Amino acid sequence: MWSVIVNIFPYAVAFAMPLLITSLGGLFSERSGVVNIGLEGLMVVGGFASALFTVAFYPSLGTGAIWLSLIVAMAAGALFSLLHAFASINLNANQVISGTAINMMAGALTIFLARTITGSGNVQLRMGLPRFDVPGLVHIPVIGRLIFRQTYGTTWLIIGILALSAFVLYKTAFGLRLRACGEHPHAADAAGINVYRIRYIGVLISGAMSGLGGATILVTYSGEFSGSVAGMGFLALAALIFGQWKPLGVLGATFFFGFAATLANSSQAEPALKAIPEVVLKVFPYVVTLLALVFFSKSTQAPRASGEPYEKGKR
Amino acid sequence: MEYVVELLNIGKSFPGIRANDDITLCLRKGEIHALLGENGAGKSTLMSILFGLYQPDEGKIRVRGTEVQIDNPNIANELGIGMVHQHFKLVHNFTVTENIVLGIEPHKGITVDLKQASRKIRDLSAQYGLNVDPDAKIEDISVGMQQRVEILKMLYRNAEVLIFDEPTAVLTPQEILDLLDIMRNLIKDGKSIILITHKLREIKAIADRCTVIRLGKFIGTVDVKDTDEERMAEMMIGRRISFDIHKKPLEPGRTMLKIDNLTVLNSRKVPALKNFSIELKAGEILGIAGVEGNGQSELVEALTGLRKVESGTILLDGKDITAMTIRERIENGIAHIPEDRQRRGLVLDYTIEENLILEKHRRLPFSKNGFLNHKAIREHADEVISAFDVRSSNGPVTMARTMSGGNQQKAIIGREFDLNPEVLIAVQPTRGLDVGSIVYIHRRIVEQRDAGKAVLLVSLELDEILDLSDRIAVVNHGELVGIVDAKSTNEKEVGLMMTGIRAHERSSSNGNGGSNK
Amino acid sequence: MRLQVNKDFIVGLSSVFLGLVAGAIFMAFTGNNPFEGYNYLFAGGLMNLERFGNTLAMATPLILTGLSVAFAFRTGMFNIGTPGQVIIGGLAATIVGLTLNIPKPLLLSLMTLAALLGGAVWGIVPGLLKAKFNVHEVVSGIMMNWIAYWITYYLVPSYFKGSFETESRHITQAASLKAEWLTGLFKGSYINLGIFIALVCVVIISIILKHTVLGYQLKAVGFNRHAAEYSGINVNRNIVLAMMIAGALSGLGGQTLYTGYASSIQIGVMPSQGFDGIAVALLGATSPVGVVGAAFFFGILQSGKGFMNAMTDIPSEIGDTIIACIIYFAATSVLIRNFFDGNLFRSKKGGK
Repeated sequence: MWSVIVNIFPYAVAFAMPLLITSLGGLFSERSGVVNIGLEGLMVVGGFASALFTVAFYPSLGTGAIWLSLIVAMAAGALFSLLHAFASINLNANQVISGTAINMMAGALTIFLARTITGSGNVQLRMGLPRFDVPGLVHIPVIGRLIFRQTYGTTWLIIGILALSAFVLYKTAFGLRLRACGEHPHAADAAGINVYRIRYIGVLISGAMSGLGGATILVTYSGEFSGSVAGMGFLALAALIFGQWKPLGVLGATFFFGFAATLANSSQAEPALKAIPEVVLKVFPYVVTLLALVFFSKSTQAPRASGEPYEKGKR
Repeated sequence: MEYVVELLNIGKSFPGIRANDDITLCLRKGEIHALLGENGAGKSTLMSILFGLYQPDEGKIRVRGTEVQIDNPNIANELGIGMVHQHFKLVHNFTVTENIVLGIEPHKGITVDLKQASRKIRDLSAQYGLNVDPDAKIEDISVGMQQRVEILKMLYRNAEVLIFDEPTAVLTPQEILDLLDIMRNLIKDGKSIILITHKLREIKAIADRCTVIRLGKFIGTVDVKDTDEERMAEMMIGRRISFDIHKKPLEPGRTMLKIDNLTVLNSRKVPALKNFSIELKAGEILGIAGVEGNGQSELVEALTGLRKVESGTILLDGKDITAMTIRERIENGIAHIPEDRQRRGLVLDYTIEENLILEKHRRLPFSKNGFLNHKAIREHADEVISAFDVRSSNGPVTMARTMSGGNQQKAIIGREFDLNPEVLIAVQPTRGLDVGSIVYIHRRIVEQRDAGKAVLLVSLELDEILDLSDRIAVVNHGELVGIVDAKSTNEKEVGLMMTGIRAHERSSSNGNGGSNK
Repeated sequence: MRLQVNKDFIVGLSSVFLGLVAGAIFMAFTGNNPFEGYNYLFAGGLMNLERFGNTLAMATPLILTGLSVAFAFRTGMFNIGTPGQVIIGGLAATIVGLTLNIPKPLLLSLMTLAALLGGAVWGIVPGLLKAKFNVHEVVSGIMMNWIAYWITYYLVPSYFKGSFETESRHITQAASLKAEWLTGLFKGSYINLGIFIALVCVVIISIILKHTVLGYQLKAVGFNRHAAEYSGINVNRNIVLAMMIAGALSGLGGQTLYTGYASSIQIGVMPSQGFDGIAVALLGATSPVGVVGAAFFFGILQSGKGFMNAMTDIPSEIGDTIIACIIYFAATSVLIRNFFDGNLFRSKKGGK
């Protein structure tokens, strides 16, 4: 049993990390008061940007191109999220519909551009990020082999961003103001805070982080851009609810999903799992998500003003 | 005499409404200046302009003699102007300190120094006798304390001019006296206060001068000590209104509602109503008095079926309805004028005629075999609209959203009365309405009582309770404090009961003593 | 009411126009002439009887999924689970069609029943979860989509494998919604009886919404569930019922897609008609009649894009891109509304 866990742990982590960073992005957006259903599309945009950049610059920059492409992905995601920000914040549009429009646009537009630029709707990456054992730490008994073996660089980047996010959210003035905008925007407004500006930042952060998430999938385990992330953006949303809009909660939730999904994929390698019909394993993450939602939606800690357009005039 | 704030010829319009029309208000240093007007007269708009939440279309503002542009609350704060809002602007899951420093957070490097802020707040609180715990979470403290947090917000920002927007709406009579004391302390310390209110008694008790506005227009500024309440009322309303309500002598019939040992939990799973027992008879108005949040809402929700009952029973004309659904209760003769007309009372995006059949749509003649009878629905709407003076832009096909508060409420009352109920539960039936509508609705409620219906009146306005009720039951912390006869009691006695002191405890012959708080 | 309808129509038209403009920009970006592109796009959809028939055939499932989303919207629910409902409804119909050997009228009726039931079951799950547990219907809907996807992925090759790995056996003529006289009328296009089913559903849903107690209750719940609850309406029951009906409609769409337009069910494909239904509903301002118009327009786009791709080298994904842009513009229609409020329509409340 333990060896099974050790074997699949890196894969679970690889699956969980893009989920984590995207969910974190969703956290910033929702905590500021804007529901962002478009995380899925933003991941696609990030993956697309990263794929194009890497294919273009790998010959000259090598692995550096891959790392740079992550930044490009974040920029692309942030840019694309402006559409959602503008619709939700300036125009008071229905945020769920706007997010859905983002998803559809991202899917169609990226394949359209891919076809135009490369002639094919798929972009293959022949190279990805290397995996490595963290020197020194990997020799710690028990957990060393578990956590520090065969890791991706992006994993540590994302964990770093998580820690930074928790700090910003709870210890800085910006974090306090952001949370106020999501709970009671009128109170923030009366305190002289520019609610619109903070919400824009929240959405842009979600765009950047989701873009990074999409790119991470590409450069770690997928290697191919295909115009869709198979519902990962929505899994990230579910993780946000599951994690009760707190960074640590989201960490736990995404790891849980990571394991659930990896269990399915590793059934081929593990004799114990071979007995279960493949379809069960494939739908397992989605069913688990449904169950998790059932348990966690009732006692919701959702930011109170999330999803409601902020209108100055209303009292 | 120097003016510390001058609002000169202020004009402000919103789509379809001229909220402020050429209004002038000048605040002297060290005075308490009341801003008087009915609900909807434009008082809050004017003060929001002073506080920087809105910008005026016409007119100018001078602070300490210099003309200023107040574009946002930050600038208002810098000028020394602060506002205690009617609907508190407090984040429920932040602490008192976090709420107060929001927007002007003290720093230690890049982190927020909450400890330092906390200390300063504790000191301020002691200085003015506000008794606030800086580390408590807003959702855990009382409404009175929340208001004092709002006051602290202003003092923390060194406000010199303090605006209070309808501050006494949510306080017990005792807390109101405390607030007036706090205001006097602030004045002694050199502050100046603008008090927005529609309560004449409070103006007489504390204000120096009073500016009256009506329907957005400036009526006049008077010296409070030289003006009596009748005169101020006339300025506020524009005509003499007969407030007399004639009730037939009380002839109570049989017991229509028997509430026995009712315990109800609130949304946080805490008992909001504890072992509550009371009887309501036909042909009487029983008023439920109490400060907001003492179990009245939960009582009404339990009676109407919107909330489950933890223990106890409810008997409607002898029948046990404790487990019945909302629909069954309506069918059995309960009508409910809800406390929030826009949330519970109406589907704002439906037309008047669609709203008027909200409870009746399943019955003949409005529907048959699942299909609606549009003609019958239209005729019914015409009847109710004319019987209850419901005014609107398009008659029965008007969208409820476009109607005024008073007409929305009349439509609801028309609908509920048309059910011909045995028991009528009216909660805050005149909240936010102009005086004309208030008097009309009071008369119609008394009509129901005279016709032999049983009326349960729940209201936070003590005057309304005293004017309309035959008997008054007072609740405090979910418990029944006592029941008194309306004719033989007064505001002071009921006010004391609202804080938990039972009537009989005041007399020395009863040895129990001790107040329940 | 009349003014409202006209305004929605204008807004819809404007969203389409803006979407087409956006599409034109993308076409130009790829070095193509937008006018040429649109010429071939619309010609491809309308040019002759056969193509027109194809357009109608493409519009058919869209009418149903659009109706599904629009109906759910009226109850305040966002039915994003349409792809899953289309798959399950279509799968159920296909299974019945491949298993039973009975005369056409009876077979088609049973297949329709199966499609309705399959879609209803798939729609009821998000409805129940929302009503009982307050689970966000968007996330639960997406989960159901993927569960449907994978169920089909494994079920079809295991039990109903066709000549290719990726699709089922073909259904017989008896099980298909195609009818000889209809196909002949439109010179051999894909058109099938589904179009009549779809139009009948439009009428039924219209009647429900305007004239029945059920419609009255559903709309009340959608507009203000608190007031609905207060007046004795059973909010949960209505939410579940609405999602059941919405699911059934999408399931029917699946039948028209997999046993009408096509004659087998593909695996590994999330049917675009699912999400496109959202666009159709939005564009049609969630009114049943508007849905028909919008679906027809999208039918043109979908059936013309292949022709356009053949005659120019504009990738056919432009069609989906235009649709997505239209949704975005429809969602942000506030700007469009304000623009027209200022110019064309005088607001009743008399602004100044």
